[in-house]
Amino acid sequence: MIETVTSVKLPVDESLLIQKNRMEPLELTGREKRMTIVTGTHGDELEGQFVCYEVLRRIRENMDCLKGIVDVFPALNPLGIDSITRGIPQFDLDMNRIFPGSQEGVFTEYVAAEVVNDIAGSDLCVDVHASNIYLREMPQIRISENTATKLIPYAKLMNVDFVWVHAAATVLESTLAHSLNMMGVPTLVVEMGVGMRITKEYCYQLVDGIFNVMSELGIWTGEVNPVREPYVSVDEEVGFVNADASGIFVPAVPIWSYVEEGGHIGDILNPLTGLIEHRMEAPCTGTVFTLREYPIVYHGSLIARVLGGVKIC
Amino acid sequence: MLKETIYSLKAPYRDELRISGYRFGQGEKAACIIGSIRGNEVQQLYVCSQLIKALKELEAHGSIVSGKEILVIPSVNHYSMNIGKRFWAVDNTDINRMFPGYDKGETTQRIAAGVFEEAKEYSYGIQFASFYMPGDFVPHVRMMETGYQSASLANLFGLPYVVIRKPRPIDTTTLNYNWQLWETNAFSVYTKETDDIDEISAKQAVSAVLRFLTRMGVIRYNSHSGYIANVILEDELTSVHSDEAGIFHRFKGPGEEVHRGDVIAEVLDPYEGDVISQIIAPTEGIIFFSHKKPLITQRDIVCKIIRRLHE
Repeated sequence: MIETVTSVKLPVDESLLIQKNRMEPLELTGREKRMTIVTGTHGDELEGQFVCYEVLRRIRENMDCLKGIVDVFPALNPLGIDSITRGIPQFDLDMNRIFPGSQEGVFTEYVAAEVVNDIAGSDLCVDVHASNIYLREMPQIRISENTATKLIPYAKLMNVDFVWVHAAATVLESTLAHSLNMMGVPTLVVEMGVGMRITKEYCYQLVDGIFNVMSELGIWTGEVNPVREPYVSVDEEVGFVNADASGIFVPAVPIWSYVEEGGHIGDILNPLTGLIEHRMEAPCTGTVFTLREYPIVYHGSLIARVLGGVKIC
Repeated sequence: MLKETIYSLKAPYRDELRISGYRFGQGEKAACIIGSIRGNEVQQLYVCSQLIKALKELEAHGSIVSGKEILVIPSVNHYSMNIGKRFWAVDNTDINRMFPGYDKGETTQRIAAGVFEEAKEYSYGIQFASFYMPGDFVPHVRMMETGYQSASLANLFGLPYVVIRKPRPIDTTTLNYNWQLWETNAFSVYTKETDDIDEISAKQAVSAVLRFLTRMGVIRYNSHSGYIANVILEDELTSVHSDEAGIFHRFKGPGEEVHRGDVIAEVLDPYEGDVISQIIAPTEGIIFFSHKKPLITQRDIVCKIIRRLHE
């Protein structure tokens, strides 16, 4: 059933609507577990749109297998998605930096608060992100180290390629995931694919994981595809490659390839002189799980991340 | 005065980004003043330009105190200003949310690191800033409550208000916050405008900074004593929201006194022109911040009122 979680009137003859689709078993017992899938916080991240579609499609085709409640929020930032804008149009702050929101704040903070209130009480939340328009990411779950013990068991069920346990950062305390985790709703942040695109194989991979975790929670009794065991990494294992020149980046390796330390990752070219400005090399031996997608780079632009010492591709 | 490039960055298709610093006097790092960090902060750039003009004259008359150095960085992100963008044009990141920066990180982290390397270790740090909510303010000095803030020092600017903001997680990457963590007394000076130039509040800001530097023994300059500021905690301001959306008519602006029950603004139906909502003052006091745009969204903040304060 499609529900409007909250709405705000816009100046001229339109309302901002935050909608979700609640899928419930045909017969409710009152003891159902609830899982929430959210995406579309950043308007340029679209991979989650296909995930939402596919989750709902599979449930709809096998309603008799649904034994719990699944809430699907395709668009926390519908104005951003509709205008190809990462943030909320006409609002300075990244929507994923205003949670848990506030009833007293501006309308965006009010919307954030209403979303959090609605998700509260879920047994699990999956927050699907799609990197940005500059970088492609292999399907991964990112977990802050202070929630790792609780979340890693869930993350291992999700059919992602690896789980990155990263250091806690104060600035991340205003994300949706942090706010929900602090409220007792285990929340997994998925990063996969690239902005403004849909990568179907990644989406299918994640959807298989979502049904696997639903099965473990007793929400789904239908058939579940086999899932992979992710590699769980910590910050120390991740090597960053940042541009040492400005120009056009052309990769020499595909994402999810194994590289030796000093191996060729790509080149930064100068289209005016016809020269290579800089040869980009791997900082360590390992697997490339992040790779630059958008070619224009400045000094400092992130080119790649390498999971050091690991061959999982 | 010594003008130098404190940070530069090559671009693939544009002229080099050059961030300029103007140094006055020599010796102890007394005060660093930073103007526009966002591309629409034209007022902040203008205020800095007027300040540099004034400091040049003061230096020519020997009015910079011996052994004291002042650094003024009028603009950090003119790359965005030149093409009409507020944030870094390539990836839309906000340089003022990248401090203290990271010299091996992403582009805007490197720019922030380059600026912070020059701007840190001064006794006093002053930024001409803009707020994330568009609207008008009463000119004021703003500080983060980090435990290092000093409202009594902020009072020496002689502006009518000093606002102390309890930092939220997102504030921890601003210049003001990080200056304080690096033991610089940090102040953000807000004038009335951002995208447009307001001469009156610009002059007020220049005078306030010169007054402060005089009182701190950095320059010699005779000026009016200014105000004894009211110190306000931001959380104690009363926010007044709009219950409707439409065309916004404002009746009371920043600095004006209101009484409980006064009509502060009204919202008109955008098609038929009828008044669909009157925004009523819920308390008496002085309007500190006010919505300015001609359109308003439901639940937007119409104004913030300093309660029980009178003109």
